[in-house]
Amino acid sequence: MYTSMHNDSRFGTTPLKDAPLRKDGMEKVRGTARYVADITYPGMLHAVTARTRLPGGTIASITFDDHVPWSEYVVVTARDIPGINAVKMIETDQPVLVETHYRHAGEPVVLIAHPDPQALADALAAVHIDERPYAKPPVFAIEEALRADTRRIAADNVYRDYLMEKGSVMDAEKESCQVFEAEYHTGAQEHLYIEPQGMMARMEGGILTVEGSLQCPYYVHAALMYATGLPEERVRVLQCATGGAFGGKEEYPSHIACHAALVTMKAGGRPVALIYGRGEDMAVTPKRHPSRSRVRLGASRDGRLRFIDIDFVIDGGAYLTLSPVVLSRGVIHAAGPYRCDNVRVRARAVATNHPPFGAFRGFGAPQSIFALEAALDELARMLEMEPDVLRRRNVLAPGDISPAGQRIEGPLDMQRVIGQALEACDYHAKVEAYRQWNAQKGAIRKGIGLATFYHGAGFTGNGELALRSRAGLRVGADGLVEILTSTTEMGQGMQTTLSGIVAEALRIPYEGVAVARPDTRDVPNSGPTVASRTCMVVGAILARAADDLIARLRADAALPSVYGYGEFRDACARLHAAGGVTTIIADYRHPAGNEWDESVFQGSPYASFAWACYVAEVEVDAVTGETRIVDFTAVQEVGRVVHATVAAGQIEGGVVQGIGYALFEDVRFGADGQMANNRITNYIIPTSADIPPIRVLFLESRHGAGPGGAAGIGELPMDGPAPAIINAINAALGTEIRHVPAMPEHILAAMDRRSA
Amino acid sequence: MRWYAPRKLHEALALLTERPDLIPIAGGTDIMVGRDPRACGHDYLSLANVAALRGIRETPAGVAIGALATMTEIGRHPIVCRALPALAASARATGAFAIQNRATLGGNIMNASPAADNAPVLLAYGASVSLMSVARLRHVPYENFHSGYKVTVRRPEEILGEIFVPYAPLGARHYFRKVGTRRAQAISKVGLAALLVGRPGAWERVRFGFSSVAATPILACALAATITGTARGLPDDEGLAEALGRDLAARDDIRSTAEYRRRIALNLVREALAPWRHQGGCDAGQ
Repeated sequence: MYTSMHNDSRFGTTPLKDAPLRKDGMEKVRGTARYVADITYPGMLHAVTARTRLPGGTIASITFDDHVPWSEYVVVTARDIPGINAVKMIETDQPVLVETHYRHAGEPVVLIAHPDPQALADALAAVHIDERPYAKPPVFAIEEALRADTRRIAADNVYRDYLMEKGSVMDAEKESCQVFEAEYHTGAQEHLYIEPQGMMARMEGGILTVEGSLQCPYYVHAALMYATGLPEERVRVLQCATGGAFGGKEEYPSHIACHAALVTMKAGGRPVALIYGRGEDMAVTPKRHPSRSRVRLGASRDGRLRFIDIDFVIDGGAYLTLSPVVLSRGVIHAAGPYRCDNVRVRARAVATNHPPFGAFRGFGAPQSIFALEAALDELARMLEMEPDVLRRRNVLAPGDISPAGQRIEGPLDMQRVIGQALEACDYHAKVEAYRQWNAQKGAIRKGIGLATFYHGAGFTGNGELALRSRAGLRVGADGLVEILTSTTEMGQGMQTTLSGIVAEALRIPYEGVAVARPDTRDVPNSGPTVASRTCMVVGAILARAADDLIARLRADAALPSVYGYGEFRDACARLHAAGGVTTIIADYRHPAGNEWDESVFQGSPYASFAWACYVAEVEVDAVTGETRIVDFTAVQEVGRVVHATVAAGQIEGGVVQGIGYALFEDVRFGADGQMANNRITNYIIPTSADIPPIRVLFLESRHGAGPGGAAGIGELPMDGPAPAIINAINAALGTEIRHVPAMPEHILAAMDRRSA
Repeated sequence: MRWYAPRKLHEALALLTERPDLIPIAGGTDIMVGRDPRACGHDYLSLANVAALRGIRETPAGVAIGALATMTEIGRHPIVCRALPALAASARATGAFAIQNRATLGGNIMNASPAADNAPVLLAYGASVSLMSVARLRHVPYENFHSGYKVTVRRPEEILGEIFVPYAPLGARHYFRKVGTRRAQAISKVGLAALLVGRPGAWERVRFGFSSVAATPILACALAATITGTARGLPDDEGLAEALGRDLAARDDIRSTAEYRRRIALNLVREALAPWRHQGGCDAGQ
């Protein structure tokens, strides 16, 4: 089973013209899609948030200047919360609104609303929050958080401390082997979805109705019940068209939804829009966790990995939020897709006074994979081996046991993935050509680098079992099949992919399938739209719902065993005539034999992985330290491609985000611990001018747990670019750059260190 | 917020005399970015409809560019491209294509950012600007235009009319390079334009204009003096760095570090002088 697809004319025709059009394409191209900021209601209020300024402290008082006509405004503080003053997440340590104690700058304290949005800035300036700092200085760095004498934000400043252990690193160290050891760092990363966050809340017939930009309707639903004290049936959450998310709208929409809800409840149910501006969004919403990895690798002289020993720490920020699960994914991916009998990964998520870090495409894996893949290139240099040879010698093959203890099943073949990637970019010829080029010591230096990695799809460990996701299909008289799922479209193409899966399972045209709007009153809880789980997990549930629908149509509406679309619709009409609209809901089924022991991090952490080898080619300008990526190759084994354009789009988009992570995106923190460069003008992401041709090739061995053998791919492309690019830069310059982003400033400094 | 949009220059001048608090606005690509939608906002004087401020004129001595000429117009103008290639290049390096369709040269210098993309070139070419009010018209050499961080010599009742850029002598080296964090739509970390005429020991003109290395765009006078004052060949790197140290007041900020800026400034100067490097003595210069 092998097909290849790409967007590079040198490799033949593109598949784009054959793929079905995106379900959400027309409304987005025409500009008719309705985002939350497009919605207006008569008499609606606009709300803003007054926030803390110090990086942790206590609030002594809140005062309101007299010159503002406060009677025109709705003002909400913690005292107005009818339920529990906490945002429901893994834990409930984070307040909806600060009452007294707080942990970071930018925490919400007061909400102010007015019918005229231009009346808000003056009022905001007239709210005075009297803040008192804590005695000890704030903590912003991982090593400071771990010191015993610094400010305590959480118990010991450690949210979670995990250990993944296999074999014995200590025993392996006693044998003779070559040891490489270094420390690696990754920075925070801002999602920079095009649409800033926002929510609209109103009371409609006694039901709190919240609509907005979000990934996970039922997370928001649960948070609203918790904070308002309203029962399940009196809370309704709907998704609006969502302009990008990347994990950034997994958790924070719950905060904004609670805020908007509190205002509407205090305002007698009047509609309230709480829409963030870009600067506010960037300053207060979560970003990718910064990380520090100490990597020790032991290898035989011929490059066989004897031990992998990693100390991995992520900065969780001031509240726990999603850090435990980000950490566990980071741990499991830390030792990579390599065969090694002795593995130890210790991992901690620490507390600091930064606003909490959160979910971002890749979810801990890009951080730990960067460290390992960069270290492997340095190990190769130490062993005087080519980096591709070192990887080929160690990469997992069917029958091997992964670092987490999972048995690798065929027919996937990582050697073939690597071979395909190296061939596609003419790797070996370029390695040689660039060596000769660089020997001339001109202003432009050239390098090529690679990374091999895998990414697990779905919730980690037993997460999918706990979620018990449900999704379904609804069909009426006209035979149009509607997908009922809380999985959301946020630009990734979910409507298109799931419609394709359902159409295929029902053997009807793609046009005969539509996706119902995510509305907690109408769709079952299919779990959050995260973790590369949509196609693999929700797609599989829907495929079974489709089987159930066919069985029902056969049993109750005389659908023939072999049928055309006309016969399918006729059967639907008969079904409807007999019993009205039919809804079929299917439940998640856990793959047999997938057990996981979270206490020791051993077992089968994911139902399936996507496997990849990425190669980056760079030119570095020695005059300025600027790096230009001139070519990028992304080869991945994904089980099965469900929709060629959507899949290629996911890979290309992820690679671009990875290029940003590697070279451009530098979150700078101010003295208050908040993002200081919180504007698009000075938080730099790559534009099309910075992006090289990206060759995307898929291998399809049908090994995945999803429909037709598909694995998840949404996060995979975020993992590989950073290490491939850094490896290429180090190859070009002979430097030892060990962090991302590698800005021109760092690259020039690294060249100096090399010269010295 | 009020929005005044006169069509005639005299109307605009009269309005501004009456209401010197009005904020003149042209393409709006800087001003609109800073606007707070939650506040009532200022009153603006839109100059976009004032035809007299448009256009690019050739004169025997140089090119007169209306304050409203856009980056796209300048970047594509045949005379600018041929005679003032560094200006065409800086216009094309400003913002992105969509921005270049709106952004004006007048706006770029009136916004008075130390990082203004076109400022180094105007300094290197020795441009001058005209400032008009109801009462009078005056001309100011561009190197005297910026009087402090985000401050210019424009008086509240004055409108920027034209930017005059003289032609460079034949055989001149026109150099421009912008170092940003990405290849387009970046605010520069360092911008350098140079106009170099002559050869080591016999320089006719040496002008280096920088952006993003001080509180205003600057003309690097000490650097020029060091180069022209060297009798044979070019000053060594130490000499260039010492002179730059007197010209530059680079700082650490959100976009880069002072150290990087100083270093890149030196590297770019070396690049600008490349045709004469490794060719010490009087025979250099072709």
